[in-house]
Amino acid sequence: MDWGSILNNTLAGFLTPTTIAFALAALGLAMHFGFAGLLNFGIAGFMAIGGYGYAISVLTFGLPWWAGMLVGVLGSVVFALILGIPTLRLRGDYLAIATIAAAEIARLLFLTTAFTDVTGSADGLFGFNSRPDGSGFQNSNPIPQGTYGFGPFTYNEQTLWVLVFGLIVLTVAVWFLWALMRSPWGRVIKGIREDEEAVRSLGKNVFAYKLQALVIGGVFGALGGIIYTAAQNISPGVYVTSLTFFIWTSLLLGGAATIFGPVIGAVIFWVIQAFLSNLLPALSTSGILPVSTTQASTLRFVLVGIGLMLLVIYRPQGIFGDKRELTFVK
Amino acid sequence: MSNNEKPQKTTDLHIGDAVPGCKKKDPMLVIDHVKKTFGGLTAVDVEHLEIPSGVITALIGPNGAGKTTLFNLLTGFDTPDTGAWSFMGTSLSGVPSFKVAQMGQVRTFQLTKALSLLTVIENMKLGAKGQSGESIFRALFPGFWKKQDEDIEVKAMELLKRFKLDTKKDDFAASLSGGQRKLLEMARALMTDPTLVMLDEPMAGVNPALTQSLLDHVISLKGEGMTVLFVEHDMHMVRHIADWVVVMAEGKVVAEGPPETVMKEQAVIDAYLGAHQETDLGEVTGRINIIKGEDK
Ligand SMILES: Nc1ncnc2c1ncn2[C@@H]1O[C@H](COP(=O)(O)OP(=O)(O)OP(=O)(O)O)[C@@H](O)[C@H]1O
Ligand SMILES: [Mg+2]
Repeated sequence: MDWGSILNNTLAGFLTPTTIAFALAALGLAMHFGFAGLLNFGIAGFMAIGGYGYAISVLTFGLPWWAGMLVGVLGSVVFALILGIPTLRLRGDYLAIATIAAAEIARLLFLTTAFTDVTGSADGLFGFNSRPDGSGFQNSNPIPQGTYGFGPFTYNEQTLWVLVFGLIVLTVAVWFLWALMRSPWGRVIKGIREDEEAVRSLGKNVFAYKLQALVIGGVFGALGGIIYTAAQNISPGVYVTSLTFFIWTSLLLGGAATIFGPVIGAVIFWVIQAFLSNLLPALSTSGILPVSTTQASTLRFVLVGIGLMLLVIYRPQGIFGDKRELTFVK
Repeated sequence: MSNNEKPQKTTDLHIGDAVPGCKKKDPMLVIDHVKKTFGGLTAVDVEHLEIPSGVITALIGPNGAGKTTLFNLLTGFDTPDTGAWSFMGTSLSGVPSFKVAQMGQVRTFQLTKALSLLTVIENMKLGAKGQSGESIFRALFPGFWKKQDEDIEVKAMELLKRFKLDTKKDDFAASLSGGQRKLLEMARALMTDPTLVMLDEPMAGVNPALTQSLLDHVISLKGEGMTVLFVEHDMHMVRHIADWVVVMAEGKVVAEGPPETVMKEQAVIDAYLGAHQETDLGEVTGRINIIKGEDK
């Protein structure tokens, strides 16, 4: 077994556009679930709308990349409003069902052949990051051509540009969430998570706050989708329900009601993913694991599932959560 | 319980005879034909009721009389089948609960609603009204709310001291005992500076010494011009602080009046108090021999 390459690939998982995209989406879920108590099982839908909003605006409407990204964000705002207005008055578990359904509807709309001209249906879309007319995201890349970094963290100028841009977006998102949650606004949001009626009895418009939280978390999800898409082609096969559960795993790893938890959780998730996807096939080739190489690489998803279960049973507050919270889990 | 000094009672609140539905000189809440049914059961059916301003009114009645349901209706937490009611002259029918609270009519719950994973002080600060940091854009920049937040904290600490919760300031509300939660909820409601505070069994589970000191606090609230409407099963407490008593049974108002007279009414004794209210419980059940004439 080539431990050197396994270690190298594992470390590479620390910082990739995907890791940043996961961190953003998990931050969105932290807003939704960790702070506001909104059960959103449709974060993949928000990501898809962000990514497709960007790609379609650029390809079909010829918008410059930044305008396309704005369209993706606005799309997620509209999606959150459509989802929230009818369902936020209902009990939390109904919101969960509605979000799963809405995310699936979004994905199927991007998948159906009815809109192939615009969405590319099952093939997805490509060629939107670099545009012949110079309006693409990579066309605005200020980094000169070349390879940068060292060891596992070696990137070409394109990936580096996505990383730099993604880290800026992530930093702003983290600051935004932190600033909100230390404020009286955040206090109301946390109050709503604990007991809506009590907060209502103190004269706060609970519905408006929940809608604001849904929109903000949704925008973070869309930004995750946009960063993901800025690094590669877009295809509907990515935005499946299992993506939602991977984001949930990242969130719960770090701690749902924390600011940095979701970010660290996403990093840990991808480092473990990278480790297992290199280790398991290697174990299988060297005959230690009695399964085929393909089976071995899917085995990691089984392990992720088991990990998620162990996590919610034994450490529901996550790595960075407040220990005291554990005592009072309802 | 013997009281050394009787608190000052406000009298002469009504117009005409003190009969169910009688008019008040200065009503704060006016309720007309409010009816609520759950399936076949009529939980509340109030023809006419006025709650006087600036005084302490007790709402009493047997379990299931509809007291809590009436609270829910009046505060917009539930909608009646029919009826209308107004608060300081403003109609409240169809007004959502948070707006009712913003207008100054604030309630607590019989089943306590402490915000478990917020600390005691956060619970309190949440109660304060008109916080600029609660609007999402200003929330981002502490310059807009820091000062106000500090003032709110000072006020919250004063109340917490009063309610003997100041040492618990930084604990999660979830770690409080049942009685402490009840206290926290009442203190939190007072953070809103209500005009009318509606307390649903505020002293249930609170120890006698603290009850005494809190009753004094409630009386001082009245002194500051606050109107109090409370539900309570402890008749000592009702006698002690209420200026006016409304008795409900099976959804209807069956009697109202000043505490001294209303508790002597046959209808109230039949429906609620029972014939033995002046006698010790031990004597009623015959399990304890009471030495007559002592401690009364
Ligand atoms: N949500 C509900 N659904 C069905 N019936 C209800 C509901 N809420 C209350 N009731 C019924 O309405 C009646 C009045 O209930 P309510 O809670 O108002 O009584 P209460 O006077 O507050 O009694 P207690 O002194 O025990 O608190 C009861 O018979 C109760 O069973
Ligand atoms: Mg009740």
